[in-house]
Amino acid sequence: MTLASFGIQLLNGLASASSLFLVAAGLTLIFGVTRVVNFAHGSLYMLGAYLAWTLGHEFGPGAAAHWASVAAAALVVAALGVALEVLVLKRLYDAPEMLQLTATFGIVLIVRDVALAAWGAEDLLGPRVPMLAGTIDLAGHPFPQYDVLLIVAGPLVLGALTWLVTRTRFGVLVRAAAENRTLAAALGVNQRLLYTAVFALGALLAGLAGALQLPREPANLTMDLSVIAEAFVVTVVGGLGSIPGAFIAALVIGLVKALCIALGTVDIGGIPVAFPRLTLVAEFVVMAAVLALKPHGLLGRAPVAPPTTPLPEQRALIVPAGRREAWLAAALFAALALLPLAADDYAAILTMDILIAALFAASLQFLMGPGGMTSFGHAAYFGVGAYAAALAVKHGASMGVAIALAPAAAFVAAVVFGWFCVRLAGVYLAMLTLAFAQIVWSIAYQWNSVTGGSNGLVGIWPAEWLATRQRYYLFTLAIVALAAFVLVRIAGGRFGYALRGARDSPLRAEAIGLDVRRTQWTAFALAGAFAGLAGGLFAFSKGSISPESLAIPRSVDALVIVLLGGLNSLFGPLLGAGAFTWLQDAAARVTEYWRSVVGVLILAIVMVFPQGIGGALAWRRRRSR
Amino acid sequence: MSAPVLSVKGIAKAFDGIQAVAGVSFDVHAGELVALIGPNGAGKTTCFNVVNGQLTPDAGTVALDDAPITGLPSRAIARRGVGRTFQVAATFASMTVRENVVVALSALGRDPAAADALLARVGAAELASAHTATLAYGDAKRVELALAIAGQPRLLLMDEPTAGMSARDRSTPMRLARELADDDRIAVLFTEHDMDVVFGFADRVIVLDRGEVIAQGAPDAIRADPRVQEVYLGG
Repeated sequence: MTLASFGIQLLNGLASASSLFLVAAGLTLIFGVTRVVNFAHGSLYMLGAYLAWTLGHEFGPGAAAHWASVAAAALVVAALGVALEVLVLKRLYDAPEMLQLTATFGIVLIVRDVALAAWGAEDLLGPRVPMLAGTIDLAGHPFPQYDVLLIVAGPLVLGALTWLVTRTRFGVLVRAAAENRTLAAALGVNQRLLYTAVFALGALLAGLAGALQLPREPANLTMDLSVIAEAFVVTVVGGLGSIPGAFIAALVIGLVKALCIALGTVDIGGIPVAFPRLTLVAEFVVMAAVLALKPHGLLGRAPVAPPTTPLPEQRALIVPAGRREAWLAAALFAALALLPLAADDYAAILTMDILIAALFAASLQFLMGPGGMTSFGHAAYFGVGAYAAALAVKHGASMGVAIALAPAAAFVAAVVFGWFCVRLAGVYLAMLTLAFAQIVWSIAYQWNSVTGGSNGLVGIWPAEWLATRQRYYLFTLAIVALAAFVLVRIAGGRFGYALRGARDSPLRAEAIGLDVRRTQWTAFALAGAFAGLAGGLFAFSKGSISPESLAIPRSVDALVIVLLGGLNSLFGPLLGAGAFTWLQDAAARVTEYWRSVVGVLILAIVMVFPQGIGGALAWRRRRSR
Repeated sequence: MSAPVLSVKGIAKAFDGIQAVAGVSFDVHAGELVALIGPNGAGKTTCFNVVNGQLTPDAGTVALDDAPITGLPSRAIARRGVGRTFQVAATFASMTVRENVVVALSALGRDPAAADALLARVGAAELASAHTATLAYGDAKRVELALAIAGQPRLLLMDEPTAGMSARDRSTPMRLARELADDDRIAVLFTEHDMDVVFGFADRVIVLDRGEVIAQGAPDAIRADPRVQEVYLGG
């Protein structure tokens, strides 16, 4: 490889870094002021791309028309951002951060269905940009003119934002609010207006980024989540709330990826290593290295106050399960065991889905309840378990071995990722879990030769003796019941108390000799193992496995189930999984827009019960006493 | 005199260029109640946090029974026999009072069955089944004291033990500390704003000002020290 082609790759990296920075800058700006991590920021980006496509066609050809369409798309997205802030987020500023994040995911689902209805499922190719459609010559290598523009756009936006924040009255207010909201409000800053303005600006940047990206990448329905995951990585690496940090992080990640592509396949000690395939791993390595050295990112500061408003449920007194609960569990088990005799095949399949979802959610409830750690990427461990089981079968292992491998593999993954995650708390932790999950997803999606890529792996059927649906159902029931029993025992035992102690007061826990971080790390790994077991059962129940089993929506499914069922409720995961799975199934049968039904459900839960359903129940109990 | 339980030698700590503590040295012996006083910002809490391992000093050493503990994490120092209360009582909110104590006992490898006796000792026996998050402030402080002494510490650190308590309750934690010092030969180091409490209970007083020890000695001598009067007692 010549130096020139190497340089071209680096320039490519700079162009990608620029557009990523535009997205991350808006995200981090909004967070800095409102303390809301806006999951829907990626949706605004996606809308920017789609709107630029439509407006581009409306406005017709020519350079002026093109740039008018880009500007108009960004402005429309800014207006949509304002609507979002005023209609939804404004009501949630006092809610726990975890619920805000969940609510904005509800918006992601709704926006995606709106985009599906408006623009269809096909990718929409962007225009060739007038006067910038060609290439320039760099030492004999062509380089797209448009990418030059992008390379310039990043630093320009950084400069403009820096000027805005440091030199204007608006910037002073933004900094004051970011530093101390209460004080800023006491000094007469119109907080509501300021938040709306900041949100509009952030949305504008997202819309602009999407519109600018259109000539490089067709508008499609998956760009929302893929860009938000990358933007999360950039903001976490750069330090939440830091715009220069986001710029540096975008640059570092963009360049490291470019470097991997530029290196190509290199012979290392006789083994050919294909670096272009390692771009995702490289991103992970960068993030891991930064967070290991600086847990709050390159330019981030450790939050002064605890980073998360705890849910009231986390202060509620937990009464250990007693005889009554044991009888109830036994009765439930018996009823579920008898179900195949009474119900049809369809009901049995649905119940099996519910059981698996319940185990998956129970593992998350363990992490969020006693552990106090909210994961937005718990599906990673579900998926690792599912893939481990599927791969084991593909390589000739028996079902028993495969099912045992599922939690083991997920445990190992959770040990590795958990090491980083438990160094953070609150939304920081949630974003990191999501970033890790997205990396696992990308690996499953792209590593064709092993994981089967987007098609996944098929032909994962249970062993001979469980070959009938009825038998596999009973097997699933037995495993889920056993796992739930073990999980409840752990949560109610000495380890569970230590874990809750670490959550309630890390200061006190350390002062009585408990290792808070190790305790939380162990809990993270255990939760991963149980999620992996659920994943293993899932693989055999479906007979196949695809990257969807570890995508972000599945992580959020588990989260919604936990919120529905309550953080402290013993049977919460089962009841929540029952309600959620049934609703999703019912919605999917009547409309292709079932995702937005789930989205509306999420919004309803969060807006009607801004302290969570469990919190609302606890409040009612207190009132009625 | 026997070797001190706690020996602090020349500790220094700066935050962002501001010297919070500069070369502070003092000892605390078994059975002794020592007050660490000084105006706001004098470095009392920094000293506490260095002794208890929440902060690593820039310079100096801390030794417990002659063994160095400088820079060890809090939990390791706790296991070596240092108990601590905080300015704002730190307890486990989602548990009953008894469960709080059981967690503390088992974390330090002691028999959880001792929980009720420990609660009785701090005068909180009747609170055993109460939900910790709902306790009155003074009660929470008593429970916290039980957590701090659950590991049978050699040294007890009490950060503002009477802050926020009613005048009537104020002597309770100090009388308990006195008992622990007398009966169990625990060394007690406490910070306190209320001078009645300081001079009513301390065997010895150490006065800090701007990160340095300006005087230490018996309460009567401290009361008479003109330098102390100048910087602290309103001069």
